[in-house]
This record gives sequence, structure tokens and C-alpha cells, in this order.
Amino acid sequence: MTMTSTDRIQKSTMISAPRARVWRALTDAKEFGTWFGVEPAGAFAVGARVQGKILHKGYEDLPFEITIEKMEPEKLFSFRWHPYPMDPSIDYSKEPTTLIEFTLEEAAEGTMLTVTESGFDRIPLARRAKAFEMNDKGWAGQMKAIDAYLNRTK
Amino acid sequence: MPAMSGARLKDSAPIFAALGDETRLRLVARLSEGGPQSIAQLTTGTFVTRQAITKHLVVLADAGLVRGSRSGRESRWELEPQRIVEVGSYLDLISQQWDRRLAAIKRHIEAQPEAKAGRKK
Repeated sequence: MTMTSTDRIQKSTMISAPRARVWRALTDAKEFGTWFGVEPAGAFAVGARVQGKILHKGYEDLPFEITIEKMEPEKLFSFRWHPYPMDPSIDYSKEPTTLIEFTLEEAAEGTMLTVTESGFDRIPLARRAKAFEMNDKGWAGQMKAIDAYLNRTK
Repeated sequence: MPAMSGARLKDSAPIFAALGDETRLRLVARLSEGGPQSIAQLTTGTFVTRQAITKHLVVLADAGLVRGSRSGRESRWELEPQRIVEVGSYLDLISQQWDRRLAAIKRHIEAQPEAKAGRKK
């Protein structure tokens, strides 16, 4: 299930586990780090600014930083961040952030987890372009995939 | 499990290729911040020659990201806003990251249905 406009992205997935388990995977900083690929430097709490180290190969030098907004147990976990990889030499503190909201809903098969990231309309074009530059390595792989796809469909 | 259809990918590929260069990205950023500009203006403050800037502008123009127009003896270059808006492909990029992360948390939880650090009763 996907919903996209210019300002927001929304995605859902069904997880075969109770809400309590999903909540822990989201809000226990260490567990969050395991699936997200980051090493958070502190615990998650409302209002906390948590920095961390990105573990993905090739992105280790980029800072990770989130500011936690809401933690409503087993229902809603939200934080803000800068939606593009950050250049450590630039001060982004006054720039607009996007809001990430995870919502948990009980379902017959387990838990429906939905993530919404919103606020993209306020992100300046130059920063959007930056995401492409910083994701260059990612795109190199993407371009290979495109090539392979085009060759297959020739 | 591609997040974009083949046709969309094919359509977007030239944009990504065009933006996958630092000088061209800077040009896009300058045009986005400063509006339409001449090649002389775009060259100011860079270590790149006018000829090189022109070449890069042509690559961007081929991808439909900028357009040039004559004004007197000079040509002025500006962003093609419609095409840039399609850098909703930017949202595709972020969208794919969320697809990957949601798949990762699902895998992570379903592999360990009981939280390891479960509360003791």
C-alpha cells in the first residue's frame, strides 16, 4: 500500500507479531539500529535529540540525527530529521525538517505498521539535488539495474 | 521488486545521469537560487571555463532540466520548472529507502518474534 503526493510519502507493511513487539523494535534504540542500519548514541525519549553513526557501507561518514516528537506506546512514534544525507561541514539547524510518523494498528494477521514522511514541499530544490549527489553510489547501482532492464527488454 | 515501473525508470534515467555530476548539480542549484542567468554569470566564482559550463548546460538541456534562450548577444539559461518538479523522482528515491527499511523491520521482527530483552515477570 503506497500513497505519494509532492509533500508526503506513506507506506505500510503487515508484520506477523503483536503491537508490543513492533513497538519495541521501533523505540528501543538498539533494536531500531539493527534494522535501520545505524548505531544510535542514546536512548529514545520524547524531546530527545539522538545522533548516531550510519552503518551502511559508503555512508559511514554521514551524520544521523533525529529529534523525537511523540511516543504513544504501541500506537505512534514520531521524529523529525533532515530528509537528505547531511554534509558534516554544513549547519542545518535552521533548515526545514520532515516529520516521520510510525503508526501501529492491530490486525488479524498481526500488526499493520505504517510510516508517513511529510513536509517535503518545504525542502529547497538545492537540497533535493544534494540527495542525488550524495546518493550517487546508490544511483550507480540503480543505473546498472536500468541498463540490465533495458537490455532485457530490447 | 522494482519500486518504479520500467517506463518510469527509462524516463528518469537521463535526469539522474545529468544530475550525477557535481558541476552540473551546482549549476542547477545556482539557477534555482538565482533565477535565469548568462553563461558569464554562471561562470563567476567557479574554477570552470565558460566552454565547460556551456557543455554542462547542454547536457542539462538534453535531459530537459534547463533551457537556454537568446537575449541580445547573450544566451540566458533557466531551469525547466516542470522537469525539475518531476524530481518527484527525489520522492521516489526516499520512497525506495522506506520500502527497504519496512522490509528490514519486518524481517527483523519476524526472525525474532520474542523480544530478546523481554520484560521479566
